[in-house]
Amino acid sequence: MDVAAQNTGVIVADAAALSRNTFWDGFARQLTRAAVILVLIMLGGVMVALLDGAAPALKTFGFSFLTTESWNPVTEKFGAVAPIYGTLITSAIAMIIGIPIGIGIAIFITELCPRWLKRPISTAIELLAGIPSIIYGIWGLFILAPLLQRYVQPALIDLFDGVPILSDLFTGPPYGIGVLTAGLILSIMVLPFITSITRDVFETVPPMLKESAYGLGCTTWEVVRRIVLPYTRTGVIGGIMLGLGRALGETMAVTFVIGNAHKIAHSLLAPGTTISASIANEFTEADGVLYTSSLIALGLILFVITFIVLAAARLLLLRLQQKAGN
Amino acid sequence: MKDRPNILVPSTTASHGNATAAEKVSIRDVCFYYGETMALKHITLPLYERNVTAFIGPSGCGKSTLLRILNRMYDLYPKQRASGEVLLDGQNILAPGQDLNLLRARIGMVFQKPTPFPMSIYENIAFGVRLYEKLSRTDMDERVEESLRRTALWEEVRNDLHRSGMSLSGGQQQRLCIARTIAVRPHVILLDEPTSALDPISTAKIEELIYQLKADYTIAIVTHNMQQAARVADHTAFMYLGELVEFGPTDQIFTKPREQRTEDYITGRFG
Repeated sequence: MDVAAQNTGVIVADAAALSRNTFWDGFARQLTRAAVILVLIMLGGVMVALLDGAAPALKTFGFSFLTTESWNPVTEKFGAVAPIYGTLITSAIAMIIGIPIGIGIAIFITELCPRWLKRPISTAIELLAGIPSIIYGIWGLFILAPLLQRYVQPALIDLFDGVPILSDLFTGPPYGIGVLTAGLILSIMVLPFITSITRDVFETVPPMLKESAYGLGCTTWEVVRRIVLPYTRTGVIGGIMLGLGRALGETMAVTFVIGNAHKIAHSLLAPGTTISASIANEFTEADGVLYTSSLIALGLILFVITFIVLAAARLLLLRLQQKAGN
Repeated sequence: MKDRPNILVPSTTASHGNATAAEKVSIRDVCFYYGETMALKHITLPLYERNVTAFIGPSGCGKSTLLRILNRMYDLYPKQRASGEVLLDGQNILAPGQDLNLLRARIGMVFQKPTPFPMSIYENIAFGVRLYEKLSRTDMDERVEESLRRTALWEEVRNDLHRSGMSLSGGQQQRLCIARTIAVRPHVILLDEPTSALDPISTAKIEELIYQLKADYTIAIVTHNMQQAARVADHTAFMYLGELVEFGPTDQIFTKPREQRTEDYITGRFG
């Protein structure tokens, strides 16, 4: 009987606690759900606003907006090819330079570097991410571009003179500013993203797995190449995509150094423009519905490009996973 | 503090059991330091050829550390160092100037938890072989099959060789790791609690495997499970607090231990 009485008491106490917990659980559930819904609404709102703003331009030019190079505010003839090309090519340059260096730094930090050096290097790399992009822009315009103009670009032109494809890429007068300079600045800006994410995922590789590979007689390079990178490829690709996203959308620094010319030059040394640089440069002076609308349409295109990049990354990962047999 | 345990170490040939076995590995007066901490104190111990030698002792006694000296795995970590000599076929592997990668190819290691590489079952085995041998496709296929057969895994995976090694069950993964280790034809195999993460059936399979591998390989096994040591090992070393307390044929260690501490441990009075 004693036992029964005790049990009843316990059950009553539990019920009170239970109802209290149920209330807070429900509250937390609603709160987190509201957060998700809020983000979805905002995403939808941005898309609607972009589509609405871009509608006049898209109606006027139709598909030719995507195939026309001319960008003439006077005659109100607008085409997006030059900024799209500039966006893609500067991002490509940034990735070609940034990925190997970023991953290289991550490998050095996790596998090779003496322990006391780890933190200083990591901190220095992360500080790069903290530099405002306007500073990169100023530095690019006043320091990097003149250096490139005086020393690097003439050397590149001489070096590749006569080499089939490369001589076309590095030709013309060395302006200092231009597509290549923008790509270089971008590569420095994406470096901390790629490095810090790949370093973090490299550190998730179980030491025992690495020791197993060393135990078979692998060198450090073989362990990195065959064990660490395959094991962490999802994270590495994620880091690269984050960097690519930044490169595609980066505005201020690029605007400073790219030259803002609405034309496609086959030389990387020539000035060009990107989507975000065009928008930033011209929004204040855009008079007339069609001009403004064309700029918004550019924004929409950037949105679509970013989306395609993300989707492509997902697809790539899926393919890789299937290949690995999971 | 007593630095050098006063123990009897059998000379080059064992007096019991496999009397003809030669010393494959000789551990001589080995000390090991993690930074300033001395983790192993003057260990002297032989590993006999084609014998299984078990290292037993309570957690933290240094048995895994000792194992990791034998393939110099500790070299991966700064501040870890060893003194003394470890002779493999008469050559001191602790001496500077050793080719560590070659050494580790000759001394294979299997860990507490299965560690399949992030690649297919076939590649898991071919990977290590390719590091040191250039085999034709058919030879490689044969090597992979042979290794999988020896570890009794072939029948289970022969149709899924291109599935990921990580998709296997825990016991299969561990056998894959052993297959991968023997595929490179090492001289010595180090097993660091190879069954501690496995169920009893998988454990039995691994123990059976160890018994068969003994015909070709010199094996050292660290285990927490004394029955396992009694079942698989020819010789057993009991370690305590970084010292080698007693070494001898397994029968003798488990039935007539010379040292009181050994008896206390195997009868479960501490540890």
